[in-house]
Amino acid sequence: MVNYFPEEVLEHVFSFLTSHRDRNAVSLVCKSWYNVERFSRGKVFIGNCYAISPERLISRFPRVRSLTLKGKPHFADFNLVLHDWGGYVYPWIEAMAKGCTNLEELRLKRMLVSDASLELIAKSFPNFKSLVLVSCEGFTTDGLAAIASNCRFLRELDLQENEVEDPRGQWLSCFPDSCTSLASLNFACLKGEVNLAALERLVARCRNLKSLRLNHAVPPDVLQKILARAPQLVDLGAGSFVHDPESETYNKLKNVMQKCTSIRSLSGFLDVNARCLPAIYPICINLSSLNLSYAPGIYSKELVKLIRKCKKLQCLWILDTIGDKGLSVVASACKELQELRVFKSDPNDVGNAAVTEEGLVAISAGCPNLNSLLYFCRQMTNTALITVAKNCPNFIRFRLCTLDPITPDAVTMQPLDNGFGAIVQSCKGLKRLSVSGLLTDQVFLYIGMYAEQLEMLSIAFAGNSDKGMVYVLNGCKKLKKLEIRDSPFGNMALLADTGKYETMRSLWMSSCKVTFGACKSLAEKMPRLNVEIINEGDEMEGGSDDRQNVEKMYLYRTLVGPRKDAPDSVWTL
Amino acid sequence: MERAAVYDNELNLKATELRLGLPGADESEKQSSRNNKRSSAEMDDSRDKDEQESAPAPKAQVVGWPPVRSYRKNILHQKNESDLSGIFVKVSMDGAPYLRKIDLKVYINYQDLLKALENMFKCSIGVYSEREGYDGSEFAPTYEDKDGDWMLVGDVPWDMFITSCKRLRIMKGSEAKGLGCL
Repeated sequence: MVNYFPEEVLEHVFSFLTSHRDRNAVSLVCKSWYNVERFSRGKVFIGNCYAISPERLISRFPRVRSLTLKGKPHFADFNLVLHDWGGYVYPWIEAMAKGCTNLEELRLKRMLVSDASLELIAKSFPNFKSLVLVSCEGFTTDGLAAIASNCRFLRELDLQENEVEDPRGQWLSCFPDSCTSLASLNFACLKGEVNLAALERLVARCRNLKSLRLNHAVPPDVLQKILARAPQLVDLGAGSFVHDPESETYNKLKNVMQKCTSIRSLSGFLDVNARCLPAIYPICINLSSLNLSYAPGIYSKELVKLIRKCKKLQCLWILDTIGDKGLSVVASACKELQELRVFKSDPNDVGNAAVTEEGLVAISAGCPNLNSLLYFCRQMTNTALITVAKNCPNFIRFRLCTLDPITPDAVTMQPLDNGFGAIVQSCKGLKRLSVSGLLTDQVFLYIGMYAEQLEMLSIAFAGNSDKGMVYVLNGCKKLKKLEIRDSPFGNMALLADTGKYETMRSLWMSSCKVTFGACKSLAEKMPRLNVEIINEGDEMEGGSDDRQNVEKMYLYRTLVGPRKDAPDSVWTL
Repeated sequence: MERAAVYDNELNLKATELRLGLPGADESEKQSSRNNKRSSAEMDDSRDKDEQESAPAPKAQVVGWPPVRSYRKNILHQKNESDLSGIFVKVSMDGAPYLRKIDLKVYINYQDLLKALENMFKCSIGVYSEREGYDGSEFAPTYEDKDGDWMLVGDVPWDMFITSCKRLRIMKGSEAKGLGCL
């Protein structure tokens, strides 16, 4: 009966499907649905840029307007992957330019983006509206200048935590006077100076500007002028917030802040003098999101004074200088908290993290809606984790990072198996989990048994034997990404269920017990997987010995076979 | 390998044994492992608990742990570095044959700084007053600020002073009088 629906009707119905998973499901129903769906799909999400090729993307989805691409594996964030491993965006831009795709949005994560790519975007897509780059590298402000100059309808330029070279620093002036469409501008990660006058003029003429995140080069007096022009801002990232609280500038800033009643999200404070924080007290009550994780040098007392005014806070990113006591105050003040991230204030100091299990327990007791956690702590206990699991059954993301990767329960000296077991048992919706501390195979038994919705699991220095990994592979039916480092899982585990890997996006194993021979036989058996071995040293000079352990292995499902852009140090088996 | 047998019993003693090695790794595997990140992995199990607890954890040598994005590491590292480094400025005194250099971060307030200068140059600077500066004393401390102007030490809050001071000059009383009259 469905075959008698005219295509226009189907297309209209499909237009209500926004999630790519729903659209993927719909395209599998029958050939005609597949066709209607593919011609009407505007947004495409590609979680691994090597799983498919640009040409096939365009041929299946000729009307793609918005593309999301992810490149390097997650552990690249922690220096475990070579800089030149891959993830180049240029071939994608080139193919879409050639195919006359009407690209409007591009979101990239962990990809290598060259200035040439940015220039090509600027030249090829007249309706280009939105560029979001997260943890990317390879470009300079020259590339940004090209985007600013040429994308006449640019609405969003969002640069999050990228490594960007800044040779000239005049990219901001490249926005023409005719550009009034910007709604979101985030250049907080840029290290260089910006043309402040150009910035002020830009803000003044972009009446739709809702989100603005400045870098450290924007001083408080300019911030004050900007806020005076843009009281409609919803999301603000302050740059430098250092000034004399007795000064005229500070007074002006305080006054103008009071008028910014639309601000719901605050971040930045890349340079901050704690005595200037009272300037933002008036808007605290409206905040739903606060990120002070790039603002060291604010002591717990002042942090707490600020945060306790943020009664409606839902998302808090903070440094561990807040301490356990500070977290207790957060717990009593921020009842609507859903996401908490506590980072180490000195990432290079392998000494003390200032928070322990106590702070976490306090938060869990006060904030029952907590569903997302990233917590760097000095120590943890099973009792604490069990309590947290009971208090907060709604966790979707739970990432714990103990300073010492194999620290046991601080009180009983037992492994933390039971604690994490309680988390997976209680949090039925858990999708992402990172475990740390002393852990045996037992924790993986629990994870396999209870973590039914788990999609991403990160393991480091954990487990005793292959059984641990097998529990996970067998149990977690929805597993998409598994990343393991420094754990004693070997060939038996790797080869136990090779078909499983085609249901997953990727598997990363480094410093485990997997041998060359096993990787080779896996690659042979599964042609639709790319099994990559990353060699950094000259371990492989003498040819590969099958019995030798592989230092780093990354495998992922793909429809297009081995990639051709791998550097010499990466072998695809 | 007797320990392997112990491992399988319910108490799972091996798992709870306090050793600073990879979980589950025993002696021979540790030696053949190319993972030389954990120097204390070679530790003898016969060491008593106390020693193990006080042994330095191997965390310093582990690549990529704790897992912090390099971007974040770089930002906070720069901040900490600049917090730790001193604010060194040259100090000249009229009539002295050579200059000195001091770290402003070392001092907690003006009194502290002036006392140190008095000691260093064997002079008397006197007490600051808003109206008259250091009038009445032999010397007056002045400084060059970020804009290149010569200012009297003591007018602005201490925190502001140390971030804006480029160099110090201890002026002879007679010259300094000019400043004090402003």
